[in-house]
Amino acid sequence: MSAAGARIGVITFPGSLDDGDARRAVRRAGASDVALWHGDADLHGVDAVIVPGGFSYGDYLRCGAIAKFAPVMTEVVRAAGQGMPVLGVCNGFQVLCEAGLLPGVLTRNSGLHYVCRDQWLRVDNNTSTWTTRYEPGAELLIPIKHGEGRYVAEDPVLDRLEGDGRVLFRYVDGNPNGSRRDIAGITDERGRVAGLMPHPEHAVDPLTGPTDDGLGMFLSALDTLVAA
Amino acid sequence: MTDPTREAATQDPATPNGAEPVDSVEQAARTPELDQPYRELGLADDEYERIREILGRRPTEAELAMYSVMWSEHCSYKSSKTHLKYFGETTTEEMRAKMLAGIGENAGVVDIGDGWAVTFKVESHNHPSYVEPYQGAATGVGGIVRDIMAMGARPVAVADPLRFGPADAADTRRVLPGVVEGVGGYGNCLGLPNIGGEVVFDESYARNPLVNAMCVGVLKSDELQLAHATGAGNKVILFGARTGLDGIGGVSVLASETFSGDETGSGRKKLPSVQVGDPFTEKVLIECCLELYGSDLVVGVQDLGGAGLSCATSELAAAGDGGMRIDLDTVPLRAEGMNPAEILSSESQERMCAIVRPEDVDSFMAVCRKWDVTATVIGEVTDEEHLRIDWRGECVVDVPPRTVADEGPVYQRPVRRPAEQDLIAADDANTLSRPATAEELRETVLRMAASPNLCSREWVTGQYDHYVRGNTVLAQPSDGGVLRVDEETGRGIAVATDCNARYTRLDPYEGARLALAEAYRNVAVTGSKPVAVTNCLNFGSAEDPGVMWQFQQSVRGLADAAAELGIPVTGGNVSFYNQTGGDPILPTPVAGVLGVIDDVTARIPTGIGAAPGESLLLLGDTREEFGGSEWSRVVHGHLGGTPPRVDLARERLLADVLGIGSRDGLLSAAHDLSEGGLAQALVEMSLIGETGARIVLPEEADPFVWLFAESAGRVAVSVPRGAELKFTELCSARGLPCSKIGVVDDESKALEIQGVGDIPLSELREAWEGTLPRLFG
Repeated sequence: MSAAGARIGVITFPGSLDDGDARRAVRRAGASDVALWHGDADLHGVDAVIVPGGFSYGDYLRCGAIAKFAPVMTEVVRAAGQGMPVLGVCNGFQVLCEAGLLPGVLTRNSGLHYVCRDQWLRVDNNTSTWTTRYEPGAELLIPIKHGEGRYVAEDPVLDRLEGDGRVLFRYVDGNPNGSRRDIAGITDERGRVAGLMPHPEHAVDPLTGPTDDGLGMFLSALDTLVAA
Repeated sequence: MTDPTREAATQDPATPNGAEPVDSVEQAARTPELDQPYRELGLADDEYERIREILGRRPTEAELAMYSVMWSEHCSYKSSKTHLKYFGETTTEEMRAKMLAGIGENAGVVDIGDGWAVTFKVESHNHPSYVEPYQGAATGVGGIVRDIMAMGARPVAVADPLRFGPADAADTRRVLPGVVEGVGGYGNCLGLPNIGGEVVFDESYARNPLVNAMCVGVLKSDELQLAHATGAGNKVILFGARTGLDGIGGVSVLASETFSGDETGSGRKKLPSVQVGDPFTEKVLIECCLELYGSDLVVGVQDLGGAGLSCATSELAAAGDGGMRIDLDTVPLRAEGMNPAEILSSESQERMCAIVRPEDVDSFMAVCRKWDVTATVIGEVTDEEHLRIDWRGECVVDVPPRTVADEGPVYQRPVRRPAEQDLIAADDANTLSRPATAEELRETVLRMAASPNLCSREWVTGQYDHYVRGNTVLAQPSDGGVLRVDEETGRGIAVATDCNARYTRLDPYEGARLALAEAYRNVAVTGSKPVAVTNCLNFGSAEDPGVMWQFQQSVRGLADAAAELGIPVTGGNVSFYNQTGGDPILPTPVAGVLGVIDDVTARIPTGIGAAPGESLLLLGDTREEFGGSEWSRVVHGHLGGTPPRVDLARERLLADVLGIGSRDGLLSAAHDLSEGGLAQALVEMSLIGETGARIVLPEEADPFVWLFAESAGRVAVSVPRGAELKFTELCSARGLPCSKIGVVDDESKALEIQGVGDIPLSELREAWEGTLPRLFG
């Protein structure tokens, strides 16, 4: 498959906000972007899926709790089971946790405020589908913007994540939300499904973001799709 | 899914009795002598008499509610109208050339080229935000965003000029965090980047915080929507949230009178009920509206804000070519037993009203269903002259719509220059004792940087999303926010809002000109060309002749300055009665300026250190001007003398030079000099750029005056190696004073000012960034 032949879908729920940004990042990486609608029980033949940031369904009840019942998510869960690469950013990370594709939950920031700032991250894993373009230990500057991004899981879960090398990114130079063990992003057992609170789609062009450090995530997935 | 507003509505203890007889038009004609509570609704005796004259009978309860909210100060501009005319009188055809819509529409619209147009507006939500900071601020954002949607535009950014009492006052700790959280909570959830705004502290705002909200929208210039109801037989569709009991009477009670009024008058109508917002509903409404516009399913559209359905129906009908009939029984409600007056004046948020051709109604409804937006046909446009509203089979409103919407009372309030103005002017700030030694100057730089009005706003702006939509090229702490509009061509816009109300207090005419000059300059330093002006005029009581003098002078100052700058005032907002007891707020005419930049990659950032071997230059003239200065406040608690001189020809020249410098890549950073003068500008350029600099002041200069004077028309710029000669030649060819004041030093981690000493950036940062977190947690 050529890069442009790779079709990456971006879901729009009512209340999704960074869907346009995720689609722009996909195009910037050289792939084709496909809009997916929450009510569609169909992934329109895409090769990978991004669940973007925002406040799906207003984030009422609990962040991501309603989105997991969207018809499109049934298809995402099924496709992920078959190995399709899936990336959840911010609210998308919350949705993937709620949908059971990733362990743990995201709770209210320990400082109780919404935080928007440029955040340093360290790459812990460069073997997942979404992180192969990075050097292990590399530091990235990527925006965060969330009120409920404190990653929480029980110790055995965290131990297993760390033991299996499934922590993708950790916060460095200050933990912005009180996440346990400074965890900013994780992946599933197969390294195909990834979720993170920082917004790589807002770091694809130094004109509109602090860096282009986030582009590597989209290029990483594209490498896998092209090689497949 | 929970709906917080529904809970609020059903908990209201005062449930009206649905079995009460309807006060119909027929009933009103039969009972002309009935005593009506018009005074409690904020209407004066002669206003009530005029309503009776217009109708030839007493108004029904529903009509009385409509007239009272629509004739309130907030909706009718009855005290300001006579002064606001001056904006139109001073706008020439040449200035109007790029205006697609102006004063009187929901928001001004300006053609920015390449087929794009931009609409922008600022509105106040001051009183509700004092009563209930979170919801007041949140619904302020929601309201201005709907104004922008009503023009057919996609909202693309917000910015909030905020003013509070002293930073260390107990009540500020109640109001500020709530307001900031409300602005962020609503705007972040809408997916609108917050790219600017202001945070100002002053004693005069202690019980009258100012929460102004700006929204910017973008549309194709041929996609403009207007608020008019035309074409008999066309349907009137109400869509968005359901109508509840929130905000009933909010407009007339909260904006027309001070809080001294009784709260028991006519029961719950007098309660200062602040509306409750649901940003998710609004986000969906935005997408729904844009799809409706894109499918050409709308003939006219109006948002529901202050005065709710009263306003939307009467304004749509008044701007149309006929009448309108509304059946109130069809309005979807979220509270039991609402009567017609309540349905008409409810300020429930997140609602819009559209005029739709009958053959398009099905398609319209299909789009609304896709977005899960409730939409209901509530009436139709008629070829009659009246707006007629029925409820339970009886006519409860039958009025000529223009008498409600356009022909409200106009007052010539007494205007008198207070005698104390002369005393204030005579209290010269230039005679205050000054720091003399290097040590004292150094200490003053740090003290100023840490003061509440000059310190970093990160505690506030860090709670706002400025990245969403991926088009933000500059945002706070830059002087102006810059957004990309067209990804193909790089065309973009800039916005800034400003007002130094201390200057306006000293001289409202010159102060207003200074406010506009600063906003204009803040757009220019980004490399953008200023093209249009909006405003939000916050003042004390309209019944105080001294306040009306401040108002009149400020309007004239703004209008004259706009004319001298050659850019039109496209709209504005007036908020009177910002006073508690006898003390009005400082007169605060906030000026907002919109700019256009041909290619956003040429934008000029604020921080130094981006290019190698930069020189620092100061553009403009520095004079011994300390009247109203931040230094006189911080060090002496003083407000007196005269504000800095304004030279608008110089401001235009400055903007031209900055525009060329940006286009030709001659500038690597630029920062406007305003509160705190050169010292503060250098502190910010160093800290934002995380780079030190060495400053050498001109030999003949008095270091104190150079560092802290607030002379207008000045900008500090950094020029990369190789561009210096070209840039200084550009300045001298055009007669713009330009002096070299130092160099950027990549190695140095300090701001070194000759005659003052070295200040490590770490020490400056601690001073600049520590203040708000220390105060607000």
